Amino acid sequence: MTLLTLTDLSVRFQTNDAEVRAVNDVNLSVAAGETLGIVGESGSGKSQLSFAIMGLLARNGRASGSVMFDGQEILNAPVKLLNRIRAEQIAMIFQDPMTSLNPYMRVADQMAEVLTLHKGLSKRDAVAESVRMLDAVRIPDAKGRIRLFPHEFSGGMRQRVMIAMALLCRPKLLIADEPTTALDVTVQAQIMALLSDLQRDFGMAMILITHDLGVVAGSCERVAVMYGGRIRETGPVRPIFADPTHPYTQGLLDAIPRVDQDDEELRAIPGQPPNMSRPPSGCAFEPRCPYRREGCASIDPPLEAFAPGRARACHAPVAEVAARHMRADPQPDLVAAGDALPADDTLPAGAVAGAGAAGATQTPGSEAKP
Amino acid sequence: MSDLLNVRDLRVTFQIRREGAMPWAAPQPLRAVNGVDFALAPGETLGVVGESGCGKSTLARALIGLVPATGQAEWIDGKDLLALTPRQMMAYRQDIQMVFQDPLASLNPRMTVGQIIAEPLTTHRPDLPRAQVRDRVKAMMDKVGLLPNQINRYSHEFSGGQCQRIGIARALIVEPKLIICDEPVSALDVSIQAQVINLLIRLQKELGLALIFIAHDLSVVKHISDRVMVLYLGKVMETGPVQALYSNPQHPYTQALLSAVPVPDPTIETAKTIVPLAGDLPSPMNPPSGCVFRTRCPRARAECAASVPVLTVGDHQVACHFPGPLTEAEIAHARRTEAA
Amino acid sequence: MVIDQSKMQSLADRFVEAEVKGRSPWADARRRFLRNRAAMLGLTILVLVSLFAVIGGQFAQWSNEELDFSVMGQVAQMGQPSLENGHYFGTDNLGRDLYARVVQGTQISLMVGIVGAAIAVIVGTLYGATAGYVGGRTDQIMMRTVDILMSIPYMFVLILLLVMFGRSMSMLFLGIGLISWLDMSRIVRGQTLSLKNREFIEAARATGVSSFRIIIRHIVPNLLGVVAVYATLLVPLMILTESFISFLGLGVQEPLTSWGALISEGAGTMNYGTLWQLAFPLFFFVITLFGFFFVGDGLRDALDPKER
Repeated sequence: MTLLTLTDLSVRFQTNDAEVRAVNDVNLSVAAGETLGIVGESGSGKSQLSFAIMGLLARNGRASGSVMFDGQEILNAPVKLLNRIRAEQIAMIFQDPMTSLNPYMRVADQMAEVLTLHKGLSKRDAVAESVRMLDAVRIPDAKGRIRLFPHEFSGGMRQRVMIAMALLCRPKLLIADEPTTALDVTVQAQIMALLSDLQRDFGMAMILITHDLGVVAGSCERVAVMYGGRIRETGPVRPIFADPTHPYTQGLLDAIPRVDQDDEELRAIPGQPPNMSRPPSGCAFEPRCPYRREGCASIDPPLEAFAPGRARACHAPVAEVAARHMRADPQPDLVAAGDALPADDTLPAGAVAGAGAAGATQTPGSEAKP
Repeated sequence: MSDLLNVRDLRVTFQIRREGAMPWAAPQPLRAVNGVDFALAPGETLGVVGESGCGKSTLARALIGLVPATGQAEWIDGKDLLALTPRQMMAYRQDIQMVFQDPLASLNPRMTVGQIIAEPLTTHRPDLPRAQVRDRVKAMMDKVGLLPNQINRYSHEFSGGQCQRIGIARALIVEPKLIICDEPVSALDVSIQAQVINLLIRLQKELGLALIFIAHDLSVVKHISDRVMVLYLGKVMETGPVQALYSNPQHPYTQALLSAVPVPDPTIETAKTIVPLAGDLPSPMNPPSGCVFRTRCPRARAECAASVPVLTVGDHQVACHFPGPLTEAEIAHARRTEAA
Repeated sequence: MVIDQSKMQSLADRFVEAEVKGRSPWADARRRFLRNRAAMLGLTILVLVSLFAVIGGQFAQWSNEELDFSVMGQVAQMGQPSLENGHYFGTDNLGRDLYARVVQGTQISLMVGIVGAAIAVIVGTLYGATAGYVGGRTDQIMMRTVDILMSIPYMFVLILLLVMFGRSMSMLFLGIGLISWLDMSRIVRGQTLSLKNREFIEAARATGVSSFRIIIRHIVPNLLGVVAVYATLLVPLMILTESFISFLGLGVQEPLTSWGALISEGAGTMNYGTLWQLAFPLFFFVITLFGFFFVGDGLRDALDPKER
């Protein structure tokens, strides 16, 4: 049963300088009880996607398309409806727990407030239920600790408190936005284990947004890889990690040093991520792609299914990527090799002036051309 | 070959005033680095790993003289860096440079890239003509993969990875012998992280640099290091050649750390057993008696609280009363106590 | 071989290639400032008022000291603003040309404001940056000194100074300069403390850059945004202080005048039907303050875009 369906979801931000296209025509669905991982680097639009679902975009942001949750359209829905759904059906946890905890309120009062407001429980019942929930997230001595203020908890414990709060109303969907990025590895392992246990116990679906492919590998069933505001590849987790069919996914997996293997040299993806205030007209990955061909620079490939449950957005044939038949040899660390021509000659001066654009303009593409 | 740097019993203690205490109350000592020994050969890379609060960043800052430290840090010429006066230290500051964690915050937003990279050079060689400084800056920019014609740009016009290259160029311009990298890639995206790591490795080979590479990411440390040192609450838990330490970790803490590192392979990642650590990191103001790790150790016994374990001698050193791989039973026991 | 040669060529090219000009944070701020309508309006007002102060005297038909005997004694009837007799703004109670006096008052008031703010900027910035950067005991002593100076009711001290040493321009500047830098030094110290732990300062310290150079090259340029905003708000504050003192009759001495003195005179004769004597100086006073406030707001938005 499909719980959440995104259709052509786009997010635009109006800034002083330009319009930033954070998310472009994303189509996704999440089934009840499923875990979907959304992977991408900073600026890929993965966080804005979740904010758009929750109706939490910044004031200069605009979302278009459709978000159906449980058969109900919630994109740009009235605030009243959104508030109810946010409280009872979809919960969200963040990288920094203090964003959702009030530092001046005791944990007991904050948690009980949610329950009295949305479930109509009495204060006493609400606190009792809150203690049960803190027990469920394995906070030792929950009865005593519920009287504390958020800052009295350690980083990992605070994350648990936030998870407990998010789960109070037994949501059907939990969106976790980089829940473990600020934590140490040992704590990260505990929190991820906790999340997957809770998900099983409560039978909820989860969208896990992260930049860490290792975390995705451990706890997701399906993955969507985002780059430049679009989904580039999606499918079940095992085949994607075993044989990635999109050059970006492949490059990402090659670029990670692994603790369990002896890797000779990291194959870095050359170049820099795109500047989404001046999105390239074709595939956003084209300048960094070793499989690029004619048309890549002008036509953005659509996301197309090629096997059951799997889809990719790339002009290069699956077989070619799978066989690592690279056409434009990706020189490791191309910028460092100094072979890139400065694009300042080819671009109008105004285009180069954008912040962060200085590097985005050093395209390996200019080297490949005769 | 003699060691480039030989550190013995390095300690950094901060005096912390307790919250709400009266201004005349005696401050309490916080031992951020509590007796660290290591030696570093020229051209070698020492990886320092540990979780937040283990003192790895303080260690870096102590070595470079940003925080006061006691102990000994013997440089290759026999001088103890920690005993030098600020004036004497100036000569050595050229030899030891640092690369910082946050690429953008470590660059002055009001200075051009050229001014930023040139600063160490103009500080140590004020007699150098400006044109020559400029040429050397440009050559260095080329070396780290920046276009030399970008010399007049400001840091906010560069992406994170490029800012880190600027930071590396600044560290290299005075031709140091040792570079201390404090989490140099943890703020970067995966694809950019690999570029910077490759750059560091290439430059190290070219210039014969020694590196102290501090990171919380064990995979990155494994990739770049010759030897690795594991810190916990300001103390060395285990140190050894990278192969030995990763394939045959002896200290329970090292084992817990390694088991927790996520591996980008669903088959391995879902099948592996993680050694859970009970409880939270103890406060460094009030560390446990005996072995500092004993409060969270799956193998802790009475003896661990009684005496402080010392580092064993040899190539692969470990500070534990009962070293060796954890057994299934111990891990299962740890899991039960963690769940309780 | 061919490839090698072309590679060498490209390397050489890159060295001689025209250097790209950077876009400094100041240039960014300037662009944002120029786009801000209110700030541009404020700036225009200030430019016009300054022009008025500088070249307004050229158009005066009377000097500021000359008494017009034809209107004396019947100022309410004859002394209104008129183009015919050359008193564009009318005359004051003694029959002096108000236009010339407003020009002179504008000069003096602006000068007091700008000199006061300039003292605040220079002394306050260096004092605050030093205290904040050096820290420890030095910081304690320096900031406690500021606390003590601040706890003295400055208006009282200023009045006492003017009464004891006589009223003069230099005494007025000294008095205003003495108090104006205190707030600035506190603000600058706070900013310095937060800058001090930034990694780029650590980087400079690690390579052995001297404290003085760190303050001048790294700290002060990063403070200038805050300082500039505060300075534009300080100028009107200084003008207000001077006006208040002049209003009390302790400020500048005749035949010199200032907005405060003119407003005071105008207010005194308000009931005799010579409202213009109040209206003209007050108008300049008000629009200048508005101008400074608009410019200050614009600068804050331009220099600190994240705040919005």
